[in-house]
Amino acid sequence: MRLGRIIGKVWATAKIDTLTGIRLHVMQPLDHHRQPEGNPMIAIDAVGAGEGETVFWVGGADASLAIPDRILPSDASIIGIVDQLNTEDGDP
Amino acid sequence: MIIGHVVGNVVSTIKHPLYRGKKILLVQPYDADQRPKGNTIVAVDTVGAGIGERVLVAAEGRAASEILDVARGPVRSIIVGIIDAVHADKDE
Repeated sequence: MRLGRIIGKVWATAKIDTLTGIRLHVMQPLDHHRQPEGNPMIAIDAVGAGEGETVFWVGGADASLAIPDRILPSDASIIGIVDQLNTEDGDP
Repeated sequence: MIIGHVVGNVVSTIKHPLYRGKKILLVQPYDADQRPKGNTIVAVDTVGAGIGERVLVAAEGRAASEILDVARGPVRSIIVGIIDAVHADKDE
């Protein structure tokens, strides 16, 4: 799993059935200083996160298991909203 | 598995049910020379690790669900040990 920040959203009317009713966000991966790390990507939202929020997300095959009773065609799924980070430098 | 350094923890209220009651830590991966390398990882702790400790992280969903004793879900990175020492011969 990694950290990320939601920086936008994606609308898609025509999509595969298993993505019906699921929100897609544009997400920038972050490091533990909340600095961008790598390229933005599209992630499905399993927790109801909003734009600007810091989140944690899972990638790879495990991303397809983010919503119960569905196998999602996803390789990045947001699974938690970060309230606070505690690091050696405080909350960056 | 990889070796990393615990650089912080994550406080999260809204998260996938599988993460309820779990300690979530931030880990900076290390290379074989014990230098920081790669992206910050969010990992579930099972051994009572804390900030500043070197840890062993398994990053595979099947291993994570086995250790947490849950059905397969959106969890991938899990801390399975606290490292006392590492020795690696660079020439081999």
